[in-house]
Amino acid sequence: MEKTNKMTKGKVAGIIANLVFVEVDGPVMQNEICYINLDETKLMAEVIKVMGTQAYVQVFESTRGLKVNNTVDFTGHMLEVTLGPGILSKNFDGLQNDLDKMDGVFLKRGEHTNPLEDDKKWEFKPVAKPGDVLEAGGWLGEVKENWMPHKIMIPFKFKGKYTVKTVAQEGEYTIHDKIAVVTDENGKDIDLNMIQKWPVKVAIKAYKEKPRPFKLLETGVRVIDTLNPIAEGGTGFIPGPFGTGKTVLQHALSKQAEADMIIVAACGERANEVVEIFTEFPELDDPRTGRKLMERTTIIANTSNMPVAAREASVYTAMTLAEYYRAMGLKVLLLADSTSRWAQALREMSNRMEELPGQDAFPMDLPAIISNFYSRAGFTYLSNGESGSITFIGTVSPAGGNLKEPVTESTKKAARCFYALSQQRADSKRYPAIDALDSYSKYAEYPELEEYFRENIDPEWPEKIRLARDILIRSREVSEQINILGDDGVPVEYHERFWKGEVMDFVICQQDAFDKVDCSASLDRQKYMLNRVLDIYHTTFNFESFEDVSTYFKRVINTMKQMNYAVFNSDKYNESEKELNSIIEERKVA
Amino acid sequence: METKAFQKIYTKITQITKATCSLKATGIGYEEMAIVNGRLAQVVKIIGDDVTLQIFSGTEGIPTNAEVVFLGRPPVLKVGDELSGRFFNAYGDPIDGGPSIEGEERQIGGPSVNPVRRKQPSEFIPTGIAGIDLNNALVTGQKIPFFADPDQPFNQVMSMVALRADADKIILGGMGLTNDDYLYYKNVFDNAGALDRIISFVNTTEDPPVERILVPDMALTAAEYFAVDKKQKVLVLLTDMTLYADALSIVSNRMDQIPSKDSMPGSLYSDLAKIYEKAVQFPDGGSITIIAVTTLSGGDITHAIPDNTGYITEGQLFLRKDTDIGKVVVDPFRSLSRLKQLVIGKKTRADHPQVMNAAIRLYADAANAKTKQENGFDLTDYDERALKFAKDYSDKLLAIDVNVEVDQMLSTSWNLFSEHFEPAEVGIKQEFVDQFWPKES
Repeated sequence: MEKTNKMTKGKVAGIIANLVFVEVDGPVMQNEICYINLDETKLMAEVIKVMGTQAYVQVFESTRGLKVNNTVDFTGHMLEVTLGPGILSKNFDGLQNDLDKMDGVFLKRGEHTNPLEDDKKWEFKPVAKPGDVLEAGGWLGEVKENWMPHKIMIPFKFKGKYTVKTVAQEGEYTIHDKIAVVTDENGKDIDLNMIQKWPVKVAIKAYKEKPRPFKLLETGVRVIDTLNPIAEGGTGFIPGPFGTGKTVLQHALSKQAEADMIIVAACGERANEVVEIFTEFPELDDPRTGRKLMERTTIIANTSNMPVAAREASVYTAMTLAEYYRAMGLKVLLLADSTSRWAQALREMSNRMEELPGQDAFPMDLPAIISNFYSRAGFTYLSNGESGSITFIGTVSPAGGNLKEPVTESTKKAARCFYALSQQRADSKRYPAIDALDSYSKYAEYPELEEYFRENIDPEWPEKIRLARDILIRSREVSEQINILGDDGVPVEYHERFWKGEVMDFVICQQDAFDKVDCSASLDRQKYMLNRVLDIYHTTFNFESFEDVSTYFKRVINTMKQMNYAVFNSDKYNESEKELNSIIEERKVA
Repeated sequence: METKAFQKIYTKITQITKATCSLKATGIGYEEMAIVNGRLAQVVKIIGDDVTLQIFSGTEGIPTNAEVVFLGRPPVLKVGDELSGRFFNAYGDPIDGGPSIEGEERQIGGPSVNPVRRKQPSEFIPTGIAGIDLNNALVTGQKIPFFADPDQPFNQVMSMVALRADADKIILGGMGLTNDDYLYYKNVFDNAGALDRIISFVNTTEDPPVERILVPDMALTAAEYFAVDKKQKVLVLLTDMTLYADALSIVSNRMDQIPSKDSMPGSLYSDLAKIYEKAVQFPDGGSITIIAVTTLSGGDITHAIPDNTGYITEGQLFLRKDTDIGKVVVDPFRSLSRLKQLVIGKKTRADHPQVMNAAIRLYADAANAKTKQENGFDLTDYDERALKFAKDYSDKLLAIDVNVEVDQMLSTSWNLFSEHFEPAEVGIKQEFVDQFWPKES
């Protein structure tokens, strides 16, 4: 079904900020992309409502200088991304323009750049053989993209089964060269190259099944991995008032998480935070492969000063790119900072369209939009038996730090892990400011994951995690009592209980993201440290007075922190551990 | 049907509200400027041939037969070296009695910098104030506001920071400044002999409030001229951004928009971000640093204005009166400079981050001890020492009248540590303790 019929044209009939009314001369589709001609430039816009012969379009750029009667060209398709080798390590804007290809210091309105490289030659290796029968997403061959096997697939838009007729031989090809011919069910031959297009608002479903997540995704952050683990293919969100370290945490995850590919969607956030990634990632090593972090990272940057309407597009663009790489059997981590800005973009537009507002003037369908988006993540088995996953972690910036606002509430319903950043912890510089107790991971209770822990970490790991949480809860309760009754109003054992929780807090929950060693802890190391803390918990100590308790445990904490700062099992580490042992001996009741 | 709009005079206004008027006109560009009976106005809505104009100084006394002339261009500022040392109103017209500026016209509120053309900020801006340099170091290309109650001396602190900071140009954007504060700035800059590197765009409380919304764009257009064209280090001071946001809410209210939280327009975040994100470090040395003031009502930072600001800016600075020492201090708990990690311990001494954190933690212990004391509980020996430390720390470091080099701030901190605590209580990496802990004399 080729679209050969003449494209619809239109004329601008009205302008309110980036909402433009267009009088059209033919059929238009909801979410269709059009270009408004303004002098020499073409402003990209998306249809968001149609009333009779008037299309309401949201313009992805500034409408300054736009006039009534400017002409508009419709394209016949929705907002699409171009998929093919060359996406990795790129810096895109929300509409997949390659930011590095743009001229000048300032972004020019209406400038569109090619997301891929037309002339670059890729080292192609066939995977499929003539006669193979494949479906959409089936692998035809692969090219090396920064050392990653980038699969060339049957386009996702193809329906039904396709028989491979020929596949190109091993060799160098550009993305436009023919690399395969496939025959459809009606016997028609179709030539394929390395590129395909996909509308971002539609989920790519080229997989066989999506089981419940059953594996741990290591992040190197103790309070997450040990106390509130996230599963590979899982979803999580991080709400927190400003200044509680959302972005630092997201950056830590993007640096350390055990994934083949990281996509960072900087959605309506600070430009300098994106610059930090641009600047540091090409220098930093990926601890797992020894290659540079930038080699596995793609950035979608729609910073807060970039056009608002493209903000919404940016998260969908990022998700679609993640789905594309998942279909290659890769482990993708998608981070979006922050989904609140995207919701605000929806609100601005809904307001201009004079729709009846929901809570806090957000559009009524906000919860549905959010849960639909989160549902695109997940662990999948592909039709060839391989697996791929998208783990998605979004941040939410609750207005006024109030977790009862619509974006946080809607997200809470959709995401399975909740990492609560606490203002109080941030104020007392207990970083990361994740409140281990208010946070939760529903995955920790999955029997699949419990089994995984017992096999891969420690046969008693689930029990140990529960005990660790209990220690923190008891410590918090006692601390409240001490605050009410005073230090000498409670028995000395209460102080001991409080300080054992503080050991857990300082040694396990807190972590220095800016320290070269402490920033990331391997699972082995996390297990070792948790066991040490639990040993201390099980030890009975002898204290005369409550003052002894705090002095003593501060020494314990200080020594264990030195252990955290030292390379695992290094001389320095062992020395601190020896010191710890002797401190414990001092007051241990035999 | 080509109409040369800027030559045609319209005299038939069809609708007048408190802030806008509408008329029939064709060939008008969105955001184009117009003059209505001598008052400046801007196109905010076009539906067919109905054009709605926002009149900045209000519509009082505008008749239906007012003369409307479209200027065929969005708002502009004439830029050039002659801007230095001058005072302007919100439209960029001189208010100091000097000649008007001859220079290139630049559209205000221009496009954003391509993020990949930015450089990561890395240049420390020393201010001599330990509450800032030690705990919340500022960096060129940063944007940071003071969150202050109206009775706090934020204008004084800001002018102090501006004059001590090493900047090629200082651009003041004053929104709703009282005449007294305006004259205060003028005097301070004058007395410091710094007037030639200062440019001011001022809207005082005597001017119409809606004019204010032009001030930040004017100031930042001038800043971009010096930072991009002249590769200079520019410091922009914006005071008071709360009054700017209030002006936005007046406009949106008069345009019948549905208000969101705290009756602010739904686009407040984007509106503020457009301003603050002009802060930038360019690779060739030019930079724009923004220090702003957001006044709070009753210290409430959950109000939409400070809340949205906090999500945009790279930290915030809080002032607080410390009654124990009778001085205004920079609050170490609530203040935060997000970019400090880029310079502390790198451009300053290596022990800086750890000293900073340790001191703040001990100060927090003192705050807990104080609560205990107020609740009538006995204090431990540690509590007593923490309280003494806190008082000294406040007096010798946090107070805004401190003016010393960073190394001095660090050694003062080490002295206070050793005076009141044991190394284990301070909890700093052993190598730094070995190097910097004052030796027993």
